[in-house]
Amino acid sequence: MNSTLKRAAVACLAMFALLMINVNYLQAVKADGYREDSRNNRNYFERYAVQRGRITASGKTILAQSTETKGPFKFLRDYPEGELYAHVTGFFSPESESSIERSENSLLDGSSSDLLLRRSIDLFTGEPTKGANVDLTINPKAQKAAYDALRQSGKRGAAVAIEPKTGKILALVSLPTYDPAKISVPEKPQAFSAYNKLEKNPDKPLINRAIGDFYAPGSTFKVVTTAAWLEDDSSRDGQTVVDAPTRLSLPNTTTTLPNYGGAACGGGQVPMVYALERSCNTPFGKIGLDLGYAKIAEQARKFGVGEPLSIPMGVEASTIGDEEKEDPAAIAMTSIGQRSAVMTPLQMAMIAAGIANNGSVMKPYLVNKITDAKGDAVDEGEPEELSEAMSPENAAKLKSMMVSVVANGTAKTAQIPGVEVGGKTGTAETREGKAPHAWFISFAPAQDPQVAVAVFVESGAARVGEEATGGGVAAPIGKAITEAVLNK
Amino acid sequence: MPAKRRVAQLLMLALAVVVVMGAYANVGLAMDEKIPSGMLTYGLSLGGLMLAAYLVLAKFAPWADPLILPLVTLVNGLGLVMIYRLSESDSPLPSAKLASPNTQLLWTLIGIVLFSATLIFLRDQRALQRLTYTAGAAGLFLLVSPLIPGLGQEINGARIWIGIPGVGQIQPAEFAKLALVIFFAGYLVAKRDVLALAGRRLLFIDLPRARDLGPVLITWGVSLGVLVMQKDLGSSLLLFGTFIAMLYIATQRISWVIIGILLFVGGAVLAGLVFDHVQQRFEVFLNPGDPELFVKIGGSEQLMQGLFAMGSGGILGTGLGQGHPELIPLAFSDFIFAATGEEIGLTGLMALLMVYALIVERGLRTSIAARDPFTKLLAGGLSFLLAWQVFIIVGGVTNLIPLTGLVTPFMSQGGSALLANWILIALLVRMSDAARRPPPQAIQDEGLTQVFQR
Repeated sequence: MNSTLKRAAVACLAMFALLMINVNYLQAVKADGYREDSRNNRNYFERYAVQRGRITASGKTILAQSTETKGPFKFLRDYPEGELYAHVTGFFSPESESSIERSENSLLDGSSSDLLLRRSIDLFTGEPTKGANVDLTINPKAQKAAYDALRQSGKRGAAVAIEPKTGKILALVSLPTYDPAKISVPEKPQAFSAYNKLEKNPDKPLINRAIGDFYAPGSTFKVVTTAAWLEDDSSRDGQTVVDAPTRLSLPNTTTTLPNYGGAACGGGQVPMVYALERSCNTPFGKIGLDLGYAKIAEQARKFGVGEPLSIPMGVEASTIGDEEKEDPAAIAMTSIGQRSAVMTPLQMAMIAAGIANNGSVMKPYLVNKITDAKGDAVDEGEPEELSEAMSPENAAKLKSMMVSVVANGTAKTAQIPGVEVGGKTGTAETREGKAPHAWFISFAPAQDPQVAVAVFVESGAARVGEEATGGGVAAPIGKAITEAVLNK
Repeated sequence: MPAKRRVAQLLMLALAVVVVMGAYANVGLAMDEKIPSGMLTYGLSLGGLMLAAYLVLAKFAPWADPLILPLVTLVNGLGLVMIYRLSESDSPLPSAKLASPNTQLLWTLIGIVLFSATLIFLRDQRALQRLTYTAGAAGLFLLVSPLIPGLGQEINGARIWIGIPGVGQIQPAEFAKLALVIFFAGYLVAKRDVLALAGRRLLFIDLPRARDLGPVLITWGVSLGVLVMQKDLGSSLLLFGTFIAMLYIATQRISWVIIGILLFVGGAVLAGLVFDHVQQRFEVFLNPGDPELFVKIGGSEQLMQGLFAMGSGGILGTGLGQGHPELIPLAFSDFIFAATGEEIGLTGLMALLMVYALIVERGLRTSIAARDPFTKLLAGGLSFLLAWQVFIIVGGVTNLIPLTGLVTPFMSQGGSALLANWILIALLVRMSDAARRPPPQAIQDEGLTQVFQR
C-alpha cells in the first residue's frame, strides 16, 4: 500500500501547493484590485481612520476639523462655521468630497507624496499618521460681511473679494448655501439622503455660483470694452468725446440698440467718463463695432477670460462667445455684456482687481499655507501674475473713470466716507419676463487698492429695465465687503 | 529506531501556546491599546489544557509523533484568537456579534477531554477494525439523523443539524465522517484483494467487475443523498472524495479514481441541472465580480467580501485587530481563513497552510510507517480527509474551486467540528504511537540477525 500512499501524499502536496499559489495570486497579484473595489467597505472605514487636517481661515478661524470619537468611525469631520463657509471648505461625505476638501484631499488625509518624509518619521516614532493642515487666504470678517449682506437681499447670488496686489481670495460666498456637516456624517443613508435633498432643491445650493457657473455680466462688462478702447489709442482718456445716440442702428439689420428705457445719453456727444457713469449702451455698442470682435476678445483674454484656473478648485471658464461672422452686430451686444458673453463672479472680480492693480491681473488663489501635523510648512501660496491686461497709464485712466462712477454715477450706493471707491454696476437681461441679474464690481481705496469685489445677485434687479438696480441691490453688498476688509 | 522526542514536543507545545498568547496580546493592544484583561485566563486555560493533553499523551502514547499536538494547538489557538478578535469589534454586523470566544474555548476544553479519553480508552486502534460494520451503520445513521422529523433542524438553508435538548445543536455529519472513514478502512482491508484483482483489462486500465462496483455506487448514492436532502454540498464532496482516495490507496487501481471522477462529474452535472443553488454556486465561481451576481440573494457578495478582505490584507496583512474582517459574512466560521488572511496577510496564510500541510504530512508518514493494512488505511484516510477538507473550504473561499460550505478544521467556530477533529487527531496520535513504537526485540543471535522491513 505504500506506493499508493506515497501517491496520495503527492496529491495532498499538490492540493496545498495549489492553495498556496492561489493565495499568492490573490494577495500579491490581484490585491490592489480588491483593495480599491468600490464595493470594498474598508476604504470607507479608512476615510475615518486618519485624523484629517484642519482647514482654517487667516490662520485662526477653524472652518473644518476632525475630532476623535468612540465607535466604529474614529475621526469625524466637524464644520464649526457651518453654512458660512460651505462653498469654500466643501463637504467630506462617505464616498466623495468637494471644494477644498476635494482639491487638497491627499494633503488633508496625509496620503500625499509631499508628506512622505513626515510619514516615514511617524513610522519610526510610532505616531499615527495625521493629515496636513490647510490655511486659507479668506478674511473671516469679509466673508461674514459678504454672507450677511448677500443673505439680506434674500436672493440667490455670489460675492467674491480679491486682494488686487496678490490675488488672494478674501471672501467667497455663494447663496443659497448648505450645512456641510449634514452631508459629512459617516452613516451613508443619512449622508446620501441629505445630499439628494440638496441636489433636488430647485435653488441648487450645491452649486458654487462664484466659480462654478457663469452669467451674463451686463454693464459691468463695459469696463472691458473701455479698457480695449483705451488700449487702442493712448491719446484717449475719460474726457475724450464719444458718440452717444439715443438709438444705435446696427449693421445688416433693422433692429437698433437703445439705452435703458430708451433714454437719451447726454446730448448725443458725451465724454467717455459720462457714458460710463450713466452706463449708456449706445457709446459702448458703437465702440464695439468700431474696434471689432478681435480687439474686444483680446482684451477679455488679457483679463483672464477663457483661462483655465484652479484656485485650487477648478473654475468654469468665462467667455465672450464666439465671433458671429454672419452677424457683425453681435459684437455691439457683447460690448455691453449681453448676448453670449458669460462670466463667473470670480472672473469679474479679477477684472476689477486687474484694473486696480495698474493693469496687472494676479492669479487668484485660496490656499495661503499648508503645514504638516508638526507645523512645518509643506506648501505656500505665492502671488503670481496671470497677465498684463492694460498699460499702467491706461489702467490709471480707467481707475479714475470708475471712481467717477461711484462718486457721480450709478454706483453712489457704494460710497464709503473717506475712501475713494471705484466701481461699476451692471444689470443683465436674461430671459423675457424674468428679472435681470444685478452686478457690481469695485475696488478700494483707489490710490492703494486693498480689495476688489464682484457681487452677483441672480435675478436681483427689482424691476425690469431699471438701470439703477445694479447699484440698488448689488452695490451696497460690495460696499459692506469693502468696509469689512478696510476695517471701516 | 525513532526517538520519543518528548522534550522537543513539550518545547514545541510551549512555543505554540506562546505564539497564540502573543497574538492575543497583539489583538488587545491594537484594538484597546492594552493587553486584554482576560489574557491570563485564556493563557492559563490554553496552556493548562495543552499541558494536560501532553501528560496524557506522554503516559498513554509515549512514542507518538512529537509534532502533531503542537501543530494542532497552534491552529486551534489561532482560531480562538480570530474569534476573540471578531467579538471585540464594535461593529453591529453579525460577524462581530455572533463570534463567541468563550464558547469556543469551552469546546476546545471538551475537545481535549475527548482527545485524552480516546488515547486512554483506545489502547490499540486495531480494535476499531472489529467495529467496521457498526461504524458504518453509526455513520450512516448520523448522516441521515438531521432528516428525522423532530430531531433535525434547518439553519441557513442547510438541514445538517440536530437539536439535543439542554445542549444545543450539533452537526452529526462531523462525527459521521470519522465513523465512515473507520468503516471504509475496515471494509476495504477486507475486500481489497477482490477489488484490486478481479476484473478485466480494457485498453490501458483494469476495469473492476460490475458487482464490485456496489460499494462505490452506494457511497455515491449516499453522498448525492446528503446533497439532495440536506443541501450540504461540502460534506457530500468531502465524503465521496475521501472514499475514492481510500479505495485507490487500498487497491492500487487507478480505474477506481477514474470511475470516481466520472461519477462525481455526473453527479455534479445532475445536481447543477436540478438545483438552482448548485448552479448558482458555479456561476459565482466563474464570475465572482459580476455586479448582478453581487447583489443577488445567495450571490457572490459573501465570496467577494472574503476576497476584498484578503486583497486588503495584501502581503503583510493589516496586523491583528487592525483590519475589518467583521465585514465578511460568516467571518468566524466558513470564512475564517479569509478573515485571518486580512490581518496576517499572505505571509501568515502561507505559514498557516504550511502548518496544515505538516499535520497532513505527519499523518501520512504515520500511515506509511504503520505495520498493518487497517492502520495504514485508517491513518491514510484520516490524513487525506483533513487535507481534502482544507482544500475544499480554503479553495472555496479563495475561489480556486466553487464554494461549498465546510468548516475550516480547528479554526471555525462550532463545537461539533472541533470535537470530531480532536478525536481524529487522537486517532492519528494513537496510530503514530503504534507505528513508531519499537518492534519487540528479536533475540540477538550473532550471524542470524533478523532484519525488519516495513
